[in-house]
Amino acid sequence: MSDAIKTGAIPVTVLTGYLGAGKTTLLNRILTEDHGKRYAVIVNEFGEIGIDNDLIVESDEEVFEMNNGCICCTVRGDLIRVVENLVKRRGAFDAILVETTGLADPVPVAQTFFMDDEVRKYSRLDAVVTLVDAKFFLERLGDSPEAEDQVAFADVIILNKTDLVSPDELREVELTIRQLNPYCTIHKTTRAQVALDAILDRGSFDLDRVLELDPHFLDPETGEEHVCGPDCDHEHHHHDHDHDHHDHDHDHDHGHVTHHDTEISSVSLKGGILNPDAILGWISEITQAQGPNILRLKGILAFPDEPLRYVVQGVHMIVEGDLQRAWKDGEARESRLVFIGRHLDKAALEAGFKSCAA
Amino acid sequence: MPTTIPLTLSGYVVSASFLGNVPTFSTGDGKVVLGTVGRTVEAHATGLLVAQPTVDGKALLSGGDDGKVVRTTTDGVTTVLADKGRKWIDLLATGPGGTLAFASGRTVWAIDAAGKEHELTRPRAVGGVTLFPKGFRVAIAGYDGIGLWFPGTVAPPQELEWKGMHIGVTVSPDGANVVTSMQEMALHGWRVKDGQHMRMSGYPAKVKSLSWSVKGRFLASSGAGVAVCWPFHYKDGPMGRAPLELGGRKEMVTRVACHPSEEIVALGYDDGMILLSRLADREEVLLRRPGGSPLSAMAWSADGFELAFGCEDGSAGVVDLTR
Repeated sequence: MSDAIKTGAIPVTVLTGYLGAGKTTLLNRILTEDHGKRYAVIVNEFGEIGIDNDLIVESDEEVFEMNNGCICCTVRGDLIRVVENLVKRRGAFDAILVETTGLADPVPVAQTFFMDDEVRKYSRLDAVVTLVDAKFFLERLGDSPEAEDQVAFADVIILNKTDLVSPDELREVELTIRQLNPYCTIHKTTRAQVALDAILDRGSFDLDRVLELDPHFLDPETGEEHVCGPDCDHEHHHHDHDHDHHDHDHDHDHGHVTHHDTEISSVSLKGGILNPDAILGWISEITQAQGPNILRLKGILAFPDEPLRYVVQGVHMIVEGDLQRAWKDGEARESRLVFIGRHLDKAALEAGFKSCAA
Repeated sequence: MPTTIPLTLSGYVVSASFLGNVPTFSTGDGKVVLGTVGRTVEAHATGLLVAQPTVDGKALLSGGDDGKVVRTTTDGVTTVLADKGRKWIDLLATGPGGTLAFASGRTVWAIDAAGKEHELTRPRAVGGVTLFPKGFRVAIAGYDGIGLWFPGTVAPPQELEWKGMHIGVTVSPDGANVVTSMQEMALHGWRVKDGQHMRMSGYPAKVKSLSWSVKGRFLASSGAGVAVCWPFHYKDGPMGRAPLELGGRKEMVTRVACHPSEEIVALGYDDGMILLSRLADREEVLLRRPGGSPLSAMAWSADGFELAFGCEDGSAGVVDLTR
């Protein structure tokens, strides 16, 4: 999304979550609370949304495969049309919120922001926000791959209905979420009572912005400290402050403890300065060969004699990247790359990444 | 350089057209602007998404996110022709004898010359609608092809297939060819009589603007750093032929409008520039300097002496070629 971070690009928040997780409650809050922003909202059906607002549009989720030979290139046709139409009313709203159905795959929504030039030009994907029902999440995981994908794909997770489970059960749910996605921000809530500015217009999908706020974002161990209770209103770039009140320990080994039997895992790679041709060729090779299994990849790469940081991200086979801001004085010139996906071969990825050293 | 009357409108210019000799604009905030002295009519309370003049040039028909189809005449009178509640009417086309077609989501409505409304539900979302120049026949673009529908008949639409997502459709002035614009950044055509395919590809962007030159000899298109003009005057249309490319620049052509009587195309660019180019020799005349918002609407007056245009940021104007 790097090139879409420019003035005037409309931020888009994608709201996913399994049926009953609390999406409608959250949507109604966003539409009624006084937060100083006007949202154009794309809903699957008006249903229980109690508000009549000319900026709410009902839209059938039209997922289609691009006829370009890429089996992963599914996009949301309705989303393209709605964004194009909303552009004609720029000024009437500040941001766009897309609600997906409980069963929806978040990937086509995200890919639309990579694949369609018009959508890229006028808007930017701000964050994929996933609501998780603390009580039924583990059960859902057993019977629906969508629930698993929605979590693995999220930038922000709202762990809702925490009052309906015991502290032990909640911990189990949290650890399972972390197992599927060590890199997202988690907010624990009841009745979807999360501060709206913690989930809206965050720039969470934009890796560079996330790293500005939080240099440890790509480190899963530090990622754990993103877990915030409802009593915690701190900003995430302050996460080095005392977290004792959260009462979680750090003795578990992330990514290895199996809380939930899943094919999804994440691999975090870290290295020094890389050969640009080698690493970009390797990423391209990996995503071509394993695209369907790669849900997301994100990374910051350091190249020899290059004063700028290279930021890369991808969804399935679609990868984009470019040189962004300069490395700061004193900032370690390290390369980091994270994969979230199915059947990832950690050893092979590590070896491949290592072979790209400059 | 010919003289231009500049206008500053209140929103994204959705359409520019001439009703008789009155330049008429519509904007995304729901307004229709008649003439160049700022006479404004609120056609839609919230947003206006699409507008096209009637074939007789007496009225502008518009669709909005209020679910309405509204007819606006040069005396400033508005009439609601249809009201579909919470649907967004973002596709609309006018046809001969006062006929009309419009769409939202998977539904297409067509209103015949007697004012009777017909409804058709397509299997998937509609990407574009247009009416044939003769008779009462609607071409409907969508996923994996188009449907040709005779509203009011029991026959199902004739389906012409081509895999992909078709996001716009136009019919040649003689009614012989139907051409769609595709999400996959190409045009696709069918010869109506035998379904013969025509593939027109190589665009770096989606084609958002199509215009037939006088007598339908060329189809001009946006979507590249040139106006790509496909020849349709050969026996097999553009098949096996290279298109003419006009007005090559680094900036993208966002709108094209063919002159009503000469083989001349007006090209509107991403940076606000407007250029005239002649198909025969590519002779060019600059009508508007670069340095503005992308052109979003452009149309010639019936006599071909004036060009009305509008941009995404609301800047607009009328160019008079006689002065």
